[in-house]
Formats: sequence, C-alpha cells, structure tokens
Amino acid sequence: MTNVFTIGIGGAAGDGTGEAGYTLGGLLAELGYEVFVSLANPSLIRGGHNYTRVSFSRDKVWCDHTKLDVLIALNEKSVTLHKSELNQDAIVLADSFELTDLVELGDQAIVLPITSSAKEVKAPMVARNSVAIGALCAYFGLDFDIMQRILQNVFKDKKPEINIKLANIGFEFFKKLGRTHPKKLGPDQSEKELKELIDGNTAFARGLLAAGLNFYVAYPMTPSSSILHYLAGQQKNYPELKVIQPENELAAINMALGMSYAGKRVAIGSATGGFTLMLEAFSFAGGAELPLVVAVSQRQAPATGAPTFSSQTDLQMVIHAGHGEFPRVIIAPGDATEAYLAGANALNLAWKYQLPAVVLMDKIVSEHPATNLIPTDKIEIETGKLATETGESYGRYEITADGISPLAFPGTPKTVVKVTSYEHDEAGITTEEPTEIKAMIEKRFTKAETLAGELEHQETIKIYGDKQADAVIVFWGSTKGPVLEAVKYLKRPAKLVQIVWVEPFDVKRVFAALTSAKKIINVECNHNAQMAALIREKTGLEVSANILKYDSRPFDPLELADKINELNHG
Amino acid sequence: MNLIMANLSTTAKITWCPGCPNSAILVAFRQTIEELVKAGEIKLENVVVCAGIGCHGKITDYVNLNSFTSLHGRALPAMTGMKCANRKLMVVGFSGDGDSFAEGIGHLVHAARRNSDIKVFIHVNQVFALTTGQATPLSPKGYKSKSTPFGSIEEPFTPLPMLLESGATFLARSYANDIANTKKIMLEAIRHKGFAFVEIIQPCITFFDTRDYFKDRLEAVPDNFPAQDINAAREFLSKATTKTPVGIFYNVVKPTYEDELWA
Repeated sequence: MTNVFTIGIGGAAGDGTGEAGYTLGGLLAELGYEVFVSLANPSLIRGGHNYTRVSFSRDKVWCDHTKLDVLIALNEKSVTLHKSELNQDAIVLADSFELTDLVELGDQAIVLPITSSAKEVKAPMVARNSVAIGALCAYFGLDFDIMQRILQNVFKDKKPEINIKLANIGFEFFKKLGRTHPKKLGPDQSEKELKELIDGNTAFARGLLAAGLNFYVAYPMTPSSSILHYLAGQQKNYPELKVIQPENELAAINMALGMSYAGKRVAIGSATGGFTLMLEAFSFAGGAELPLVVAVSQRQAPATGAPTFSSQTDLQMVIHAGHGEFPRVIIAPGDATEAYLAGANALNLAWKYQLPAVVLMDKIVSEHPATNLIPTDKIEIETGKLATETGESYGRYEITADGISPLAFPGTPKTVVKVTSYEHDEAGITTEEPTEIKAMIEKRFTKAETLAGELEHQETIKIYGDKQADAVIVFWGSTKGPVLEAVKYLKRPAKLVQIVWVEPFDVKRVFAALTSAKKIINVECNHNAQMAALIREKTGLEVSANILKYDSRPFDPLELADKINELNHG
Repeated sequence: MNLIMANLSTTAKITWCPGCPNSAILVAFRQTIEELVKAGEIKLENVVVCAGIGCHGKITDYVNLNSFTSLHGRALPAMTGMKCANRKLMVVGFSGDGDSFAEGIGHLVHAARRNSDIKVFIHVNQVFALTTGQATPLSPKGYKSKSTPFGSIEEPFTPLPMLLESGATFLARSYANDIANTKKIMLEAIRHKGFAFVEIIQPCITFFDTRDYFKDRLEAVPDNFPAQDINAAREFLSKATTKTPVGIFYNVVKPTYEDELWA
C-alpha cells in the first residue's frame, strides 16, 4: 500500500482522455495535492486506445504509479486492458454500455451515464469526461461547492459552464449511490505555496522567455512540438518574440544561425530524429561559434520508432553530435522545474560562451505534467562578451586569453563581421594554413576550458536520499521521477545521484559522489547503459549493476523499487 | 571611387581558375555595392554577403563586407533568418546550381514562396566545379563527367519558370562576362523589395566551357517587356527558342515575409 492514489482514464482516440487528465490534475493541484499525469496516446492498437493516468498524494509524487484506485473507462477496451492493474479496493467508472468484463468485476464496477448525459445537455462528446470527474469528486467526498469553484478555474479557458454542468450531473448521480472512499479530498490546510501543473516543454519554453528569447524556429516533431505551440501562442505577450515553422529541420537550424549571426537570441527544437537532420549545421554552430539553443526530446528509436513513446537512447548520440571537435553544453533536466532552469541557463551559456547549448529531454520530461514550483526569481540576461572596440581592426575570431572573442553584429558602422563554415583566421577569412588551423582549434578549446570553470557554479549533479549510504543509485533525465518515487519503498537506504550536466561532464563531482560506494546501481531507459559507459569513460568507475528498460514505457516506481531491493540486499 | 574599390577587397588570394567568369561576377558586384553606397541607397555596414559552398562561395572571402559563408545548400534559410532578425540588413546571397538546385532546392523554392526579402545570385555553370565537374540538376541530358561517364540520363530543371511559379517577385538572367549588364541587373535586384532571383550564366572554363555555346545565343529581353505581368513572364520564359534571353523578366511588389512577420 502506498499513500499515492492513481486514477486511470481510458478511451478511444478523440475521447479526450488527455484533456480529462489535465482537468483532473489541475483540480487536484488547486486543492494542493502533488500530482503527476502521464499520457499514453498510442497508434499501435487498432482503434487507437488512449490512456491517461493521474497519481496524486499530499507528498511529492515524482512519477505516476501503474496500479489503479479508480479506472474511468469510456469504452470496453479500457476495461479489458486495464482490469489487471486494479488495486484490491479499486472501482471502475464505466460509461453506460454492456460489457462482459464489467459483469465479471461485480460491485467494483459502477456504470455512469457519461455519454447519455452529454447528449442530454447537448455537450460536445469530448467534454463528457467531466461526468466522470464529478463522480470521482463525490467518491472522494469532495465538497460540491469547492468542486464547482475549482472547476471554474480549471476550465477558465474552455467552456466552463457546460463542463461544470456535466460534472454536477456525475457528482449528483454518484452521491445517490452512497459509496464513498475512506480518503476525503479537500483543500490543503497548510500554508505552503500552491504548485502549478506543468510539463517540461512548457517550463523549458518559459525558461527561454525568462532569459530573453527573440526567436524560436522549429519543424513539428513529437514530443517536442508543444514547445513550438506554446511559444507560438506567447507571441501576443512578447512583442519581441517571433516563432517560425519553416520547411524542414535543416531550414530551422540554418535560419536560426542567420538570426544568431545578426545578434538575436534564438532557440530551435525537435525530437532526436529531427536533430539528426540538423547535425551538419550543429557542427557549423560549434565551429563558427554561433550562439544557439537546441531542445532535443528523445522518443523511442531507432528511426521513426514508436513515436509517441519514450526512451533515453540518445545520450551518446547527442554528446557526439556533429562532425569535428568543438565545445558544447548539454543539460539533461529530469522534471519541469529543471527544464525551466535548463532553458534559461542554456540561452545564457550559449551567448556567454558562443556555442551550441542543448537541453536534452525525453517524452516524459517534455509532455507529462506534474506539480512544480517554477522559480519566479528574475533571470539575469547574459549577453556575453560584446565587442566594445569595433572598426577596421575588428576580427570576429580574435584570439583571446579565455578563448572568447568579442562579439559584433552586422550593421555596426565601419566594422566587418565575417562568419564562415570554413576553418578561418581571426578575421573570419578561410584558411588552410596548418598553423592558423591549429591556432583556431586551440582557441575554441581554450574556450572549453573557460567553460569548464562554469561547472563549480552550476548544479551539475544532484544528490538525494541517504548521503551516507554505501549503495548509490545513479540516473539522469526523466528516470529521476521513478527513482525518487521508488526510494519511498526501498528496504535499505541508498544515495541517489542525478547527473544533470552531461557535457561538459563534471568529472570531479561525479567521481566524488560515486567512488566510495560499495555498489553503484545505474538506472536508465535504454538497452546499452549509455550513462554507465559515459561514467566509465569520464571517471574510470564501473557501475556494479544496471537496471535498464527499453520497452518504450517508463519505469513503474514500485517495480523499480523491487528491482533495486533485489540488487541492494546488503 | 577608387578608394571604395580598394576597401571592398581583402587580403585573401583569389583562387578561382585564371579567366574564370566568377571574377567578372565579383567585379560587377563590387561596382554595384559601390554605386549603391555612393548614391546613399544603402549603408556599407548593412550589407551582408552570403554564400553556400562551391566555387561561387569563395566570393565572401574576396569582399571586405559582412559575410556569412554557410554550408552547402544552406545559405538561403540563414539569409531569411538574418533578415528576420534585422530588417535593416541588405542580405545578398551567392549560390551555385549545385548548391541551390541540388542540395538546397527545398530552401530555394520556399524562400521564393515566402517572398523573403533576400537577393539570390546563382552562378550557373551547370557543373559541380569545385568537386571536379560532376553533373548538377542543370547539366544537360547526356552531359559526361566523372560521375556520369556515359552521359547524364536526367533532364535538367528550367530555373526561371520554376522560380516564377514558386513565388519569386523578381526574376532576371545575365551573362557573367557582360559585367555592365550584370551590374545593371544586380542594381535592380538589390533595389527590389522582395525575393530576387538572378541566374548568372557562368561558364566553367575548366570542366564545362560553354562560352562558345552562348556566344551567339544571348539575346536581350525587349526594352518594352511588361515585367509586371506574370502571364507575359510565364509565356516568355516557357517559350521554346534557340536563344537565351538575358535581362529582367519579372518585377512585382508584394508583401515580404519579414514585413509580414513583424506586421
């Protein structure tokens, strides 16, 4: 038993199960609960089964659980597919249809007039989930007036009247049944600040805006597209922001490099598949020292893969992305709060060090909303080393002690700014002279050394759990969620080490965090244990065991806890 | 005047083949910029010279102006990017037929479709000269090269009608070695607000010398040609003829991508 409650919502594609998850998550967040919403919208099952899961608790919920306390089933398939996931006392709220599976469930199943009510009040079918949400509120004993008030907020952007009407029908219907859960939902009485339900893509985009983003250029690709959608909508609030969707990924990155050359703060984004199309230009950004932020969101791969599902298979690819050797920054946030900070940080670092900075996410970080407290402190906008002396002697690639050349932009009187994808001299003119080539490479890697000095001021790794424990669990990206959630159910204490900066790699801190461990357990969602390889390469330390998952679904925290317990038995 | 000319050159050694018409394009371009600056039509610091990769792309090293030497085929999106970022910039790009009709053709037609306010001068030599003469999408059928030793089996594109239908608002053709006319067309292309496409016939004297072929074929577009009329341009450019017309075929004003973006 856990103190986390989980509600599953299943239906056909177009039934609005995702929307229902957002509504329910939003309602719970407004009540002060910690919430994690996962969205599975597969295109693999004929008929398109969509499934949303909402886990909540008064304590932080780092990721959703698989086992259900309530299943809202909008069609028969949802019951068939998920009845094995029901906890002992779970109930199933089913739409009014006759099901063999439902009969089998006996008292556990409750038929709600979901579709019929929606028809009755002439509501669009996609809104009919609100009937189930109302019933759910009654089941968990939420006060009717509170439900109404909160739904006003939750639905403020989309037809509150009709949705609340449907929720009321569900609430009243369920109340008459006289069944209640021992747990009572209600507003949080403590003084703590209300968190918001937000996914990593939105948070990342807000981080970019906080750091003074001018342009976002992207070609749509799941699971990165919601960055594009969010920022496109924000153009009305940010007059200096422009969002462009060009003909393909190559256009996106090359357009962005033109913007960067002209002095504007620009970001691009794609799934890793789209990013691989951009690699020649990514290398150009590195060699020509053009500041650029790239959001890369991993999904199941290789190739088109299972496009709407997740993986952590691109760590090594992104670290080595682009031909040639050049410094880069790669930050891998594990949740929305970290994605916000990574977005802001990446934009500042790109300009401070004149290089490409990647924020490496995945489907779970990008798309799964959870309660977060996004920092509201003002982000300082770092423009980097702008040229104070321009004029005829200006050279875009002047060799300096710290490897960073003063930046000037076209349009500066009497100043010529030359940027090129060829190897170049200090003036930006093509060179094939070995001494000049060597000097320019050394300049870029002097800059890399300057960048390495940044590490001690950054949260390059995060340590949680029992810091004295002899067992260490190491992880990165979205695996943070299941690991931190699983830790609640561990039999022996463990120290948890999250690697946030993957390039430059904080060798000193990672080594210090791992070296005294009796056992290092590496947890990640790929086949080849890519982080374990990176740790070995950078620190010489070998992990003792890997827990790997590569079936395109994230870890269930309880299953992960079992696996860790097996390995960490003393 | 000579002073400005001197300022426009750099210390970079010119590495085009001696006698290559690219040098004539360079001279025409320097003269164009000089004239526009002198007349106060543009400010020198606002000119950005862009290029892709190919023989044409060396031009950025030979002009003492802001420049952006992109990747092969990728100059155009970068040009649109910088124009979006700063509409005061006069973004002029050089490209080749390999650069823009093979590797970068997607960007070319989309830039035209958007009416991005950039000027594109294509050095059309009908070969990949820098990589020793392979066929491009503009090489004639039957063209023999190292990669097509028995003759190319592909039909070439016809650039001008393609660009007209794509949405370009300025279309012209010149012959590289006619510096005066190339300059005249470059002046008008740069003065044009919107996507300007200029095909500059630039015979490759090393791999595909077409100088004799074009000698008697070039024919100036009639003085009274109605360049504001898309149907006239369409008909004129698609007409089968043994001549190669040079001049301005189409020149209309439409809203530019960058102005729409910031409107």
